[in-house]
Amino acid sequence: MGLSVRDLSVSYDGVPAVRGASLEVPGGSTLAVLGPSGCGKSTLLRAVAGLEPPDAGTIGWVAGEGRGVEDLTRVPTHRRGFALMFQDGQLFPQMTVGRNVAYPLRLRRAPSAERRRRTTELLALVGLGGYADRLPTTLSGGERQRVALARSLAADPRLLLLDEPLSALDAGLRERLATDLRDILRAAGTTTVLVTHDHEEAYAVADRLAVMRDGVVVQQGATAEVWRHPHDAATALFLGYARVLEGDAATPVLAAAGLGPSSAVALRRSALVLADRGSTAGLRGRVVSWRATPDQVRLVLDVPGAGEVDAVAGASGPPAGLAVGDEVRVTVDADRLAVV
Amino acid sequence: MMLPARTRGAARPLLAGVGAAVLLLTTSCSLAGGDDDEATSSSDGAAGQAGGTVTLVTHDSFVLPKKVLRGFTEETGYDLEQRPLGDAGAMTNQLVLAAGTPPGDVAFGVDNTFASRALEEDVFVPALPDDLPAGVEDDLMPGDDEGLLTPVDDGNVCVNVDDTWFAERDLEPPASLDDLVDPAYADLLALPAATTSSPGLAFLLATIDEYGDDWPTYWEALVDNGAEITSGWEQAYQSRFTQGGGDGDRPVVVSYDSSPAFTVDGGESATSALLDTCYQQVEYAGVLAGAENPEGGAALVEYLLSPEVQEALPESMYVFPVVEDTPLPADWARFADRPTDPYAVDPAEIAANRDTWLREWADVTSR
Amino acid sequence: MTAATSTTTRRLATTAALAALPLAVLGLFFLLPVAGMVDRGLRPDGVLDPGAVLEVLTRPRTGRVVWFTLWTATLGTVVAVVLGLPAAYVLHRLRFPGRGLVRALLLVPFVLPTVVVGVAFDLLLRDGGPLAGLGLAGTPAAIVAGLVFFNVAVVVRSVGATWEGLDRRPAEAAAALGAGPWQVWWTVTVPALRPAVVSAASVVFLFCATAFGVVLVIGGVRYASVETEIYLLTANLLDLQAAAALSLVQLLAVVALLLVSARLRTTADPTRSRVVAAPRRPARGDLVPVVVTALVLLAVAAPIAALVVGSLRVDGAWSLASYRALGADPGDAGGQALLVPVTDALLNSLRTAVDATWMSVLLGLLVAAVVTRRSRSRAERRVRSLLDGLFMLPLGVSAVTLGFGFLVTLGRPPLELRDNPLLVPVAQALVALPLVVRTLVPVLASVDERLRQAAASLGASPARALLAVDLPVLWKPLVGAAGFAFAVSLGEFGATSFLARPDHPTVPVVIFRLLGNPGELNYGMALAASVVLAATTAGVMLAVERLRVPSLGAW
Repeated sequence: MGLSVRDLSVSYDGVPAVRGASLEVPGGSTLAVLGPSGCGKSTLLRAVAGLEPPDAGTIGWVAGEGRGVEDLTRVPTHRRGFALMFQDGQLFPQMTVGRNVAYPLRLRRAPSAERRRRTTELLALVGLGGYADRLPTTLSGGERQRVALARSLAADPRLLLLDEPLSALDAGLRERLATDLRDILRAAGTTTVLVTHDHEEAYAVADRLAVMRDGVVVQQGATAEVWRHPHDAATALFLGYARVLEGDAATPVLAAAGLGPSSAVALRRSALVLADRGSTAGLRGRVVSWRATPDQVRLVLDVPGAGEVDAVAGASGPPAGLAVGDEVRVTVDADRLAVV
Repeated sequence: MMLPARTRGAARPLLAGVGAAVLLLTTSCSLAGGDDDEATSSSDGAAGQAGGTVTLVTHDSFVLPKKVLRGFTEETGYDLEQRPLGDAGAMTNQLVLAAGTPPGDVAFGVDNTFASRALEEDVFVPALPDDLPAGVEDDLMPGDDEGLLTPVDDGNVCVNVDDTWFAERDLEPPASLDDLVDPAYADLLALPAATTSSPGLAFLLATIDEYGDDWPTYWEALVDNGAEITSGWEQAYQSRFTQGGGDGDRPVVVSYDSSPAFTVDGGESATSALLDTCYQQVEYAGVLAGAENPEGGAALVEYLLSPEVQEALPESMYVFPVVEDTPLPADWARFADRPTDPYAVDPAEIAANRDTWLREWADVTSR
Repeated sequence: MTAATSTTTRRLATTAALAALPLAVLGLFFLLPVAGMVDRGLRPDGVLDPGAVLEVLTRPRTGRVVWFTLWTATLGTVVAVVLGLPAAYVLHRLRFPGRGLVRALLLVPFVLPTVVVGVAFDLLLRDGGPLAGLGLAGTPAAIVAGLVFFNVAVVVRSVGATWEGLDRRPAEAAAALGAGPWQVWWTVTVPALRPAVVSAASVVFLFCATAFGVVLVIGGVRYASVETEIYLLTANLLDLQAAAALSLVQLLAVVALLLVSARLRTTADPTRSRVVAAPRRPARGDLVPVVVTALVLLAVAAPIAALVVGSLRVDGAWSLASYRALGADPGDAGGQALLVPVTDALLNSLRTAVDATWMSVLLGLLVAAVVTRRSRSRAERRVRSLLDGLFMLPLGVSAVTLGFGFLVTLGRPPLELRDNPLLVPVAQALVALPLVVRTLVPVLASVDERLRQAAASLGASPARALLAVDLPVLWKPLVGAAGFAFAVSLGEFGATSFLARPDHPTVPVVIFRLLGNPGELNYGMALAASVVLAATTAGVMLAVERLRVPSLGAW
């Protein structure tokens, strides 16, 4: 069971937007399609929803073990059984929150008692119990997105498509809502494809990840797997790695981490940790700059053979009297780097 | 504060909706009426057993009493349908354009100023009745050798003056075309345009007969002397003329020789026609080439010469019947003097020059 | 065939299916007759003679006619804008009792038949009339006044709708930065209103430059505009060559003007703004606009009042005789100008208007739907805007060309439609169509395509999505457009006068016939019928006003 996209290509007025994309989304899982803006991820999502006609390729639904694939490539949007939630919700402005949520239920001619029950249930699920009689214009951005989610879930879709569901919200709200979203999706057990440019959001919500660049899916797999092994330097940087060291520059860092040589290594900001004064472990470097943030002290070091790298001070805090130009040693945390 | 506003807001569309529903019901939301039983109102149910409908194309001023129109159906069995096509000139031009596929069977109202164009373009087929009543022959269209056009009525377009107006001011009324450009009569004349009105064209022809090639000079003088040109006869006579029934202030107007019969008060007419300024107009009827019902058409042309129609012409259309000895209304017999020697322009010359004259006239009179 | 080409084919097929009916109606009842007339003019003997066309255009008279048209239309536009701006402010930004009534009253002239307007102005301006002292009867000034009378409502409406939705905050920001009221007006308000003003002005210019009845009825035959000249050349002189040449010039000018206004339209769309500023009570500073609005109202009311008074005067005394005569059977009474009582004509008018309304609304909806569908390629977008322009063309073609064209092209098999009773409502629907399209297009265009997609992705079929997404925003403008179409149909005279059967006349045709026949009773009946028509129109406009439709659309 699940979504199967094969070799999908979509273009706008002759300009290709998605090129030969293939995706597998097993039933019940959440796939995040991650990529910079303009990479074609939204087009891919719209094509899956049936809003953009593909030039080539197929979109199918795997019904279950041994039951074949249902070809949806030419099925109109409203017959696919998918629900798409837009970045800005797109609630029907003239309907109350309750009627918005009940809309897919009315389309299915659900009895009114059933409609009321399910609407109440879904509004409670998204944390908006008691909002049924409000009009969309009276809601905040976050509330509107929750209503849109409830409305999408009310369609009881076999696949939920979320187009940048949280990016219109401010940072604090986004973080909180991402966690909520994951819990809601888990609770509902709905197969989901989520499109985002924010790797934190992808990490927080999805259990599978597909990375897109220039219309091409460059990598996909379980979130942790993709995280550990980015396909290339650009992917690594997009996944939130602070720096990628290539060629000879990678060698000292890899060696210090106890890993074999490789063409490149991607480092998270916290991959190098300041060692206690006097320690001889790890790498040696000279402090280029440093600054304190509420959580930790961030440094930029010049490591012979590797060039400039980022480092943080350990749990014990920065050494007293740390100054630019000081010689320090750092240990390398192998869990916080990725061999590319 | 909010509540009343909301209720009113909801009531408005509701009211409008109810209004629309009522409107739809009263008009029975029909496709173009749907009262087909009334479609041929002149027939009044006397079915056309002789064979269908005759369609009569006319100018907009065509009027006959319903009783007279019903008489045609009773007499011949044909239903009668009317179709006005604008003023006489516009009607003639439409007949010319649609020659061969006419919008009717018979046309009435092509007059001697326009007939030549219709004759040139094969608009009509011969349908002159065999036994013409006395007097009709005198008005036959010169040059119409095939009997295409049958004269029905005639009248003279003449300058009319308000005698009481001039008497009140102790002023001698004008008597000739020349007088009209006399500064003593400045701003007193109203007349219909030659381009949009057939009496207007008739008056232009009168001036062309009088002044020859110098007629544009005369018209410039006329305009400079404050002549007011209206689009139709009705605006000139009814709105502008002091005796026209409206609040007009122009005591001189281009109208008909019959007009004095309409201003009778206490046994005297307040106006008179200047018989030295007249141009004769004859209106013809004819069966159209390509008519669907030529027999019915011929019957209608014949009916137009019947005593019923001829007697009704003066009161209905302010024209004289062509048939001799047709009884006239009492006031007409007393007050509608007819000119003995009206102006006339050779039909061939009209045919050759009408469009040039009209364009030139429009140039002289418009700014 | 790939999925994309099949989808593209399907999209094109849907567009073609939607556009088919309007295109067929426009082609059969507009393009074909007009082309027939122009063709006759350009190829009198089956051969195109460009030299003859040029000869027509170089006639000194042609130059005079074009010049007269341009300067009267320009002056009419300027005056309409100057008077309309304060009125737009007062009627859309201020709050006072009777505002809706005033708005509706100002709209009435726009849909009054020209014949009636001509009569009303004549009553006012002629010697002996209340305004005879101005000496305006039959002058170009009277023509310009008539043009302004007709079109000031367009300015009030389109600019008012923009003004209503204008964000107050930039003005407040400017004031906070130390700008005085006049500086705020010039630096903030004027630039924000400019697109709406220019757009309204261009459409008013279009209406002024193609006005026929006003110029003819008020100006008499002494003044010729391009439109009256085409009438003269066609109907009276049968100079089809010259008429065709002038028609083409006019058509090109209208197309150019429409292109310009379309370009300007893209900059601002008055109906898209959903925020309507709350009107406030008039303050001391509003004195000038309030006074101007009162004057405009007076100027609009005066001819109508003259009409009402005139209809109630018989033989110098007050009487309802003219109104009573409207219901009388004309056959045996003194007045013989008519075949049917005026009340029958009113019923005909209403029936015809109902037909014309549903036709123009149906066609308008289809056109608006086609025009506003999202284009997937530049070529497709170009086709759509071409279609948009095509349906505006009835604005730029004179009624006489259309009327004579019907006669010439629809008189023979297989198109023997000349006698079809539906011809009148169809022609009227085409006249009203541009208004309907321009009212609906901005509304449909303002609907976020993604809202429809959201509905589709929740399982709604296209029809259901239409119900949930388009209908809620569309129904008011739709009813409003229907009201306008109804009023336009009630007042339409030009095309109707050529097509209406004499036993099924409409009220404007009856009024014209009554005016064309002598007798005080006929004149009184004409005035009374005009009043009834104006009242009916005003009633329809009042109903439209109640719906608060941002009417007349964006041009």
